[in-house]
Amino acid sequence: MSPEIRNRQIAWRMALLVVLALAAAAAFMLLQARGSWDFLLPFRGRKLAALAVVAVAVALSTVVFQTVTQNRILTPSIMGFDALYVLIQTGMVFGLGAGRVSTLDPRLMFGLELAAMILFALLLFRWMFGPRARNLHLLMLVGIVLGTLFRSISGFLQRIIDPDSFTVLQDRLFASFNSVDPSLLTLSALLVAGLALVIWRLVPELDVLALGREAAIGLGVPQERLVHGLLVLVTVLVALSTALVGPVTFLGLLVANLAYLLMPTGRHAVLLPASALIALITLIGGQTLLERVLHYDTALAVVVEFAGGLVFILLVIRGVAR
Amino acid sequence: MIEIDAVERRYDGVAVLSEVTLSLPKGGLTAIIGPNGAGKSTLLSVMGRLQKPDAGRVTLQGLELSRASGREVAKKLALLRQDNHTAARLTVRDLVGFGRYPHSRGNPGPEDHAQVTRALATLGLEPLADRFLDQLSGGQRQRAHIAMVLAQDTDCILLDEPLNNLDISHAVRIITLVRDAARQMGKTVVVVLHDINMAAAHCDRIVVMKGGRVLRHGTPAELMQAEFLSEVYETPITVHELAGRLVAVY
Repeated sequence: MSPEIRNRQIAWRMALLVVLALAAAAAFMLLQARGSWDFLLPFRGRKLAALAVVAVAVALSTVVFQTVTQNRILTPSIMGFDALYVLIQTGMVFGLGAGRVSTLDPRLMFGLELAAMILFALLLFRWMFGPRARNLHLLMLVGIVLGTLFRSISGFLQRIIDPDSFTVLQDRLFASFNSVDPSLLTLSALLVAGLALVIWRLVPELDVLALGREAAIGLGVPQERLVHGLLVLVTVLVALSTALVGPVTFLGLLVANLAYLLMPTGRHAVLLPASALIALITLIGGQTLLERVLHYDTALAVVVEFAGGLVFILLVIRGVAR
Repeated sequence: MIEIDAVERRYDGVAVLSEVTLSLPKGGLTAIIGPNGAGKSTLLSVMGRLQKPDAGRVTLQGLELSRASGREVAKKLALLRQDNHTAARLTVRDLVGFGRYPHSRGNPGPEDHAQVTRALATLGLEPLADRFLDQLSGGQRQRAHIAMVLAQDTDCILLDEPLNNLDISHAVRIITLVRDAARQMGKTVVVVLHDINMAAAHCDRIVVMKGGRVLRHGTPAELMQAEFLSEVYETPITVHELAGRLVAVY
């Protein structure tokens, strides 16, 4: 395939993704619009913005994470992030009681969750990237073990908690786009936009990092510093999206692998926007389907996990995800 | 050109390189040979700043490697390791283009494209230029990686067993190519080789290593001695003159 044909193919597919994303957004805003627009527009617009922020954060964090760690199956959630979120929520309800947690300032909660998750990631990296050990596989293994630990502690606390508190907790733990706080949304949107800009400026370095550690050092990229910095960016992005709507574990894996499959290139200038667009289509399309067709009969997480699971099995069978 | 001064490197307390001191002048093709576990690849890694020495230092054209910026070094020194695989979906042309990164930082100009085209032609890769790396054989991929190193257009080139996976014709082509680059373009090329005869036939200098130390350093004629080689490899080796070349038989 000549470069011209390949570039045209990439451009067409990108255009198609943009059209699909816009169509999904339009469908979300306009379908079954019964009632006053004065109410519908801000109401649905806010939800749409939340979906968009989460889609971009999850897509960018997953692609960057997979490039930095040189793999295509593990995602940030494997490092125990979702589990940490669940543990923080469970710990708060357990320690403070359901009543206190429900009345806490949402911005304070958000800040606390964000700080805890970033702190956790930084400690992990600080320890892992010490003078000696520099092994990402070990890092991920530690992530899996810690994830299991967090889940076990959460499970234990949830069993000894009183049933009323447990109901409150369960409500907080499901990924939900219906209960997003507007002030948090603006803050997250700004942060995600800023981080996306930083990542966009590092696109040439990401391309080189994808060649592997040794090739990257050989080409003069400050590999260690860059990997460290990028993992912190990934942490903040995952923390933002998790703290905003709760865990959506499968989404990153789904959209990143679809982007690799769809775009015959290793260039991050293509892969990053493609994965973000696929995430937008999946989340907004899924939410539209859920609200307008299935009439809230199920949670969005179920739709995403179902589609993600199917695609993932397909990828494994076709041998694409090495 | 390259000064290696009392370099030490340990893994878990075991010395892999001990007090390696070596001075390589500008220009010429140098082969590092020696038995398995001699520290050849480790020395090359330290010279290419992939590993930091535990003691001692390496300077390249007066630039101390551990202090210089990565990009500055990348304009002077290119290196190729033994196993190169990438998960990214790249064509041969994409990969070779990465060799220009230290010069262009992802924003290639006409000079960069010219260098890439030249490197592709030198390695005979034009027919494969738009194939994806995962569609190539091991030898073709190896040539693509060598082309990337050439495209980087540095004064100093380090290659770790570049002839692995190559058939006789390509092996000879590549060793001739790097020798010509060394002699005609004044590049300093260091290769780790397993084939003593290849080293003797084509290299200007040979460095013999064993047990993390440099045993001897000299021209092929000085080092192609049956007794010395037998001792180094702990195998009976005889050296004969054949068609004007020194050939080791084992």
